[in-house]
Amino acid sequence: MTVGSAVRASQPPSTPAPPAPVQKAEARARATNRKRRLPLLPALVFVIVVTQLPFVATLVISFMEWNALYPDRRGFAGFANYVEVFSDARLRSSVFTTVLLTATVVVVSLVLGLGLALLLDRPFRGRALVRTMLIAPFLVVPVAAALLWKHALLNPSYGLVNGTLNWVWGLFGSNDPPQVVWLTQFPLLSVEASLIWQWTPFMMLILLAGLQSRPLDVVEAARMDGATSWQIFRFITFPHLRRYLELGGLLGSIYVVQNFDAVFTLTSGALGTANVPYSIYQTFFNARDYGLASATGVVAVVGTIVIATFALRVVSSLFQEENR
Amino acid sequence: MSTSISVPTSRDPGDAGVAPAPRTLRKRRSPSTERRNPLVGLGAWVVGLFFASPVLWMVLTSFHSETDAATNPPSVAAGLTLDGYRTFFGATSGANPWPPLINSLTASLVSTALVILLALPAAYALSIKPVRKWTDVLFFLLSTKMLPIVAGLLPLYLFALNTGSLDQIWVLIVLYTSMNLPIAVWMMRSFLAEVPVEMLEAAALDGAGLVTTLRRVVAPVAMPGIAATALICFIFSWNELLLAQTLTGVVAGTAPVFLTSFVTSQGLFLAQVCAAATVISLPVLAAGFAAQDKLVQGLSLGAVK
Repeated sequence: MTVGSAVRASQPPSTPAPPAPVQKAEARARATNRKRRLPLLPALVFVIVVTQLPFVATLVISFMEWNALYPDRRGFAGFANYVEVFSDARLRSSVFTTVLLTATVVVVSLVLGLGLALLLDRPFRGRALVRTMLIAPFLVVPVAAALLWKHALLNPSYGLVNGTLNWVWGLFGSNDPPQVVWLTQFPLLSVEASLIWQWTPFMMLILLAGLQSRPLDVVEAARMDGATSWQIFRFITFPHLRRYLELGGLLGSIYVVQNFDAVFTLTSGALGTANVPYSIYQTFFNARDYGLASATGVVAVVGTIVIATFALRVVSSLFQEENR
Repeated sequence: MSTSISVPTSRDPGDAGVAPAPRTLRKRRSPSTERRNPLVGLGAWVVGLFFASPVLWMVLTSFHSETDAATNPPSVAAGLTLDGYRTFFGATSGANPWPPLINSLTASLVSTALVILLALPAAYALSIKPVRKWTDVLFFLLSTKMLPIVAGLLPLYLFALNTGSLDQIWVLIVLYTSMNLPIAVWMMRSFLAEVPVEMLEAAALDGAGLVTTLRRVVAPVAMPGIAATALICFIFSWNELLLAQTLTGVVAGTAPVFLTSFVTSQGLFLAQVCAAATVISLPVLAAGFAAQDKLVQGLSLGAVK
């Protein structure tokens, strides 16, 4: 149950043969472990079968020439699909879009979330209600949120955004307000805005929890010593929040990298908004090129492993800290 | 100055495990140590309303008539009507949203029940009576969550196609269970780890068996956490689109799949879209607000309390 046991568990087993009583104790420990493992097995087997086997199949199909529209030409393709992944301009641009989309959404949500968390960390009337209002965007079904943005907010003729611009300009007696066709003129920005709106509350929640776990005595002592609010933020709060920023950023990246709903609903991947998940979906569902879709999937998995390694390291360090 | 309780949480990142602070003392600090500033409250309210405004607008528009919904500048104070909801529930269009709603409910509830059933014993084996290398198991489970689902989509589709299980709800149930299981194990492990070791030892000394320990010691401490885990798994299943869109069609389509029929504009239909989005988001909003206190701990996989 302690961190010590975790560390011990990760060490290689000792090599020299132990004396008889130790052997007996070890046999007992092994028996205990076998008994303890039982409740774990169903979940573990289930996860391995349902999540790992499909990836093995994807890996196999990625080396095949297989297009459902030409069923008689199925066979081994070697690395041909991979060559196509890296030479296809559409797929390359989808990688670029994914990186841009993920980075923008995560960074902007983190900055906004930090601002909101700092605000909500202060006492004021109705704080619980404001917190609830701020969580609401995260709790709208993603497809519903995307539809809301597409039709109710960004529609060029009667969306709320253009409507508000029209109303504000009208207040100043102008009848020539800017009316932007958001999804055509700024397609990627529109997708990003809707995702930032949904992910800022997530970041705020994590950072607020971080703020509220700040060591109170240290802040108090700093204030006694005459530190300014900025100094307290810069030298106490921010270093303490760093891990929470990392955690929020990495968990956010894992979800936003995989985003399908917003791209599918808002722009259907048009005008340079197709990210990798959407492109794979298109290759598989519309072009029916199973080999190419699988190869793209494998490349996406390899790319994700890079992020995941960092993510696991951050979660692991927080985990070690929290576990006694 | 208010009563400031000294909370021993000042642990350096490096000394984890060296001087472990008692977890029971990790309490929220009292906010009253800072002076109240009326501007902070005002600013927070303005920002809060700004962020909530699209949701409020969605709900308001869902109660407007189609002609009032499609005006520029927007008619905020237009009369309210239930027409949007009537249209959504098929009064005029004939499209019936009940089958997809029931499909979503079935897939989410059954998969959540399965998740809890599988995750609870697993979490027990990773916290209260831990197996050797239990951290390795946890991190393996987490790593499965990071692989993009879309990369396994094709084999899942081909499997469903060849076994005749395309467009059947149980396929989604199985997949949603596997999708949420790693998260649930992580969350529940962190909730079970909150059961004090002293209480478990005391129960063992008093001769309590496994069932009694679980019922009388573990359950009271971990129950709110288990409930929050279930609510979050329900939300993730209810929201899922990619798998449902690929693996279901006519019969087993879920609510998000039903929503995609509104992707292309169909004349004056804004009130109807907003009614649809509101109805389908309602269960998630309810579940999320119910789990509010444990939402952070759940979403951060128990890393943040």
